[in-house]
Amino acid sequence: MQEPQFDDFYREIILDHYKKPRNRGELDAPTQRVEGVNPVCGDEIHLDLVVHGQTIDDLTFWGQGCSISQSSASMLTERLKGRTVEEAGRVLGKVRAMLIDGALPDDELGDLQALEGVAKLPVRVKCALLSWNVLQEGLKQATTAA
Amino acid sequence: MLDIAAIRRDFPILDQQVNGRPLVYLDSAATTQKPRQVIDALVRYYETSNANIHRGIHTLANRATDQYEGVRAKVADFIGAPNANDIVFTRNATESINLVARAWGDSNISEGDEIVLTLMEHHSNIVPWQLLARRKGAVLRYVTVREDGHLDLNQLRELVTDRTKVVSLVHMSNVLGTINPVADVAEIAHRHGALVLLDAAQSVPHLPVDVPSLGADFVAFSSHKMLGPTGVGVLWARDGLLAEMEPFLGGGDMIALVRPEESTWADVPHKFEAGTPNIADVIAFGAAVDYLAALGMDAVRQHEVQITAYALDALRKVPGLTVFGPEDAEERGGVVSFAMDAAHPHDIATIADGHGVAIRAGHHCAQLLIRHLGVPATSRASFAIYNTMDEVDVLVEALEHVNRIFGGGDARAAV
Repeated sequence: MQEPQFDDFYREIILDHYKKPRNRGELDAPTQRVEGVNPVCGDEIHLDLVVHGQTIDDLTFWGQGCSISQSSASMLTERLKGRTVEEAGRVLGKVRAMLIDGALPDDELGDLQALEGVAKLPVRVKCALLSWNVLQEGLKQATTAA
Repeated sequence: MLDIAAIRRDFPILDQQVNGRPLVYLDSAATTQKPRQVIDALVRYYETSNANIHRGIHTLANRATDQYEGVRAKVADFIGAPNANDIVFTRNATESINLVARAWGDSNISEGDEIVLTLMEHHSNIVPWQLLARRKGAVLRYVTVREDGHLDLNQLRELVTDRTKVVSLVHMSNVLGTINPVADVAEIAHRHGALVLLDAAQSVPHLPVDVPSLGADFVAFSSHKMLGPTGVGVLWARDGLLAEMEPFLGGGDMIALVRPEESTWADVPHKFEAGTPNIADVIAFGAAVDYLAALGMDAVRQHEVQITAYALDALRKVPGLTVFGPEDAEERGGVVSFAMDAAHPHDIATIADGHGVAIRAGHHCAQLLIRHLGVPATSRASFAIYNTMDEVDVLVEALEHVNRIFGGGDARAAV
């Protein structure tokens, strides 16, 4: 019997971010430090943000969990570090649309388009969304503080 | 020797494809599959005997009552309990433990008393005691788990003192498979006047269990982990204990006489079975007990030791894989938890599912133990009478595939 294929789910880029996470670690002086856990599976993501005015000047993550939760967080930081709060909100909306509503991936998502295959496995969608829920809380805090 | 091929034909669910491959069900520690005999008993009850029990004069009511009470006797016989009236039907093992923590605990635990648990407990045998401790100002103590997967009995000897009122422990760990020396623990506890509750949810389905020789005062287990339907748990209590206890839930069927201000209670066990119980599932549970009894629990155990030994051996050969729990299959049940260097348990479970293999990934409702093991989560394969060595081979193929996708046993899971 032919081996089952996972190319569409465990895309090269996801495995690359999992094995070589970008922007991983704590910041010395974050303006916002937010975290989220998935109590069902124990996945854990922390985000450190430095937000000044409308810009996310610095952004890192750390935590533990499966390849999907960790690579999603890594790609999040890579995509949004140095970007505006407004852009972050827009990308967040597009990630949610792709994962929850099965919307076609948008070019603006960059590497994050690789998460498209996760939408087909509903039990793993929460893994991919974890860091984005944490980001939303961080942005909320940043905007309230401003 | 059991005829596993014939047994498998009794389980309709096993004959199906998952993701284009034959289903390999290795999650029986979560819940077992049900044989045709159990499913038929459930349907037969509704088609021929359905009526409310303990209160009717008519024929169906008597028939249903006889069948329901007949299962109580069957269960008593199955676990060597001398008296069927020491058996209470609950919703699940969790409710059985909550019943004891409430109905016995509230009258017998006071401020400063100690409750001894172990680090290998399922949340169901931790949280009810935490709630009791909070209500009463009691103190929880935990016996640690040694590197080899066994309880530290030396530490238990030190922790159990005259302040200890109850020692509550698992018979067979749902993560490590460890089979605990209950008689030794009971001897220590009883010397200090403490009672012992045994969470036997994983042991009664897979080992010959004779409650009098275990020495525990309470034993809790669940139908759905032993080929029976969900929604039925069992609590057995040593002779006389139930009679001394206050009721757990109040309502119909648990009373003798109801007056405006107060009521008197029915005799045990009915004092603890308020309201219409899960009659149909209890009766189908009887068919599950019959099924296991006909196979013989010695034969069941023998098959599971064999398959566990085979799995331990095969899994240890997978590069980058660590198996938790006792070394020897004779010292453990058919539960094998493991971690892989290359991948997280959820990724392992997703890939296994692609191969048609159902395994569990996560903390297995045992966060204290998982933290103690120093891993974020584990993967777990668990076996029952319908599993074969060939199925273990399919699991191993899937795990080798995990290594291929995630870059072999040499790469460390990043985070």
